Amino acid sequence: MLKNKSQNAFFFLGYYRTFAAIFREPKNGVLRPIFLSDMRKPFLSQFLFVAALFLSMSAFAIAEESKDDEGGKDLKTEITDYIDHHLKDSHDFSLFSIKQDDGTKKHIGFPLPVILWDDGLKVFSSSKFHHGEAVAEVDGNHYKLYHSKIYKTDAAGTINYDEKHHATNAKPLDFSITKGVVMIFITGLLMFLLFRGLAKSYAKNGSIPKGVGRFFEPIVLYIRDDIAIANIGEKRYKKYMPFLLTVFFFIWFLNMFGLTPLGVNVTGNISVTVALAIVTFLLTNLTGTKDYWKHLFDPLGDSMPWFGKLPLYVILIPIEILGIFIKPFSLLIRLYANMQAGHIVVMSLIGLMFIFKSWIGSPLSFGLAFAISLIEILVALLQAYIFTMLSALYFGFASEEHDHAEAH
Amino acid sequence: MTIPRIVGAGLIVIGVGVGIGKIGGQAMEAIARQPEAYGKIQTAMLIAAALIEGIGFAALFATTELDG
Repeated sequence: MLKNKSQNAFFFLGYYRTFAAIFREPKNGVLRPIFLSDMRKPFLSQFLFVAALFLSMSAFAIAEESKDDEGGKDLKTEITDYIDHHLKDSHDFSLFSIKQDDGTKKHIGFPLPVILWDDGLKVFSSSKFHHGEAVAEVDGNHYKLYHSKIYKTDAAGTINYDEKHHATNAKPLDFSITKGVVMIFITGLLMFLLFRGLAKSYAKNGSIPKGVGRFFEPIVLYIRDDIAIANIGEKRYKKYMPFLLTVFFFIWFLNMFGLTPLGVNVTGNISVTVALAIVTFLLTNLTGTKDYWKHLFDPLGDSMPWFGKLPLYVILIPIEILGIFIKPFSLLIRLYANMQAGHIVVMSLIGLMFIFKSWIGSPLSFGLAFAISLIEILVALLQAYIFTMLSALYFGFASEEHDHAEAH
Repeated sequence: MTIPRIVGAGLIVIGVGVGIGKIGGQAMEAIARQPEAYGKIQTAMLIAAALIEGIGFAALFATTELDG
């Protein structure tokens, strides 16, 4: 196995020998990069399948026209609204909009299904909302989009506010296939095809990686050797490996999709990170050993008589119990805030172009946005790594079994 | 007089910046002393930095996103 711990620099860079294999042409021994044409045909067909899926979706893209009602807003509010809208999940997959000469806006994209539970299941297309400008009527009920959330309203689309300018209208339960959900489905499909293809290729060729396997093998090995085994231990790491690998690639791919012009912000959505952190929380506590629970409720063990421990435990045990919940909470806040912050910075820098109304604006904003985007590529990988690493660390705490006779 | 929340957010960023800066600096020193332990030091550094950053983000979240 290609492994040399002391050489392990940062992340997969340490696997220099595996990486050298990417550039090696085995037949004549000349170094040259492997291109897509060299990859195995099944991978190529799967890639084409996904590409075809994308294309077929954009073939259904509907160019819609809507009235421009933003004429009265000043530039700064418009930019802030635009950034806000980008950060939120939306009920349609609109890629961009063009302002036409007659003042109407043309939205390029396609609508997505809206699924509501409001005294019965209501399913309709999000094109009924006309990008938030129209009231959708379904079975006599009226719904309106307000700040990317669906509210129940009347035929005129009235939204009531409280004193803090929050909408007080009733909110139906929303199970819609939103933009984020579509991206999660696509990422799931991509990961399934990719890793199933790799598993098949390993079964066929023995332990020699082929095609994209040359890129993914060192990453998988890194997660196994330096994240799972290092934090959980040789004995018990295996049962956590599926989760660690899945969560790493899932977060990484979604972070990378967030940097594409598709304009999705899935890992910067707190609901997604909450779901991921809940899985880590459940795995940590459901696979916890006796020692883990003993450590929680009796942290001092036999080092003290019970009357000495009692006053300490009044403080210690609540802290330990809080700790169970703080660990996943910090995981979810870290991922959410990092991705959200990255998107805000890039979007704000692009917004500079419209704020400076001179020739310096465009190159400045392009240069800064480009530099930050490069950092964001690193952050996308780093956050996936940190989430996986800390999950493994928590699993390590939960599954450790140590001899309590020796002091620790 | 109430202090605006954004001042709290600024103080948090200063604290987190100093903390992570110190971790980075100390890690550099440690690597200079023991270059062969590079990998281990870097992992420990990243975990510590991530934990501090997590607290910083949690505090920022509390100061800017929550109502109250």
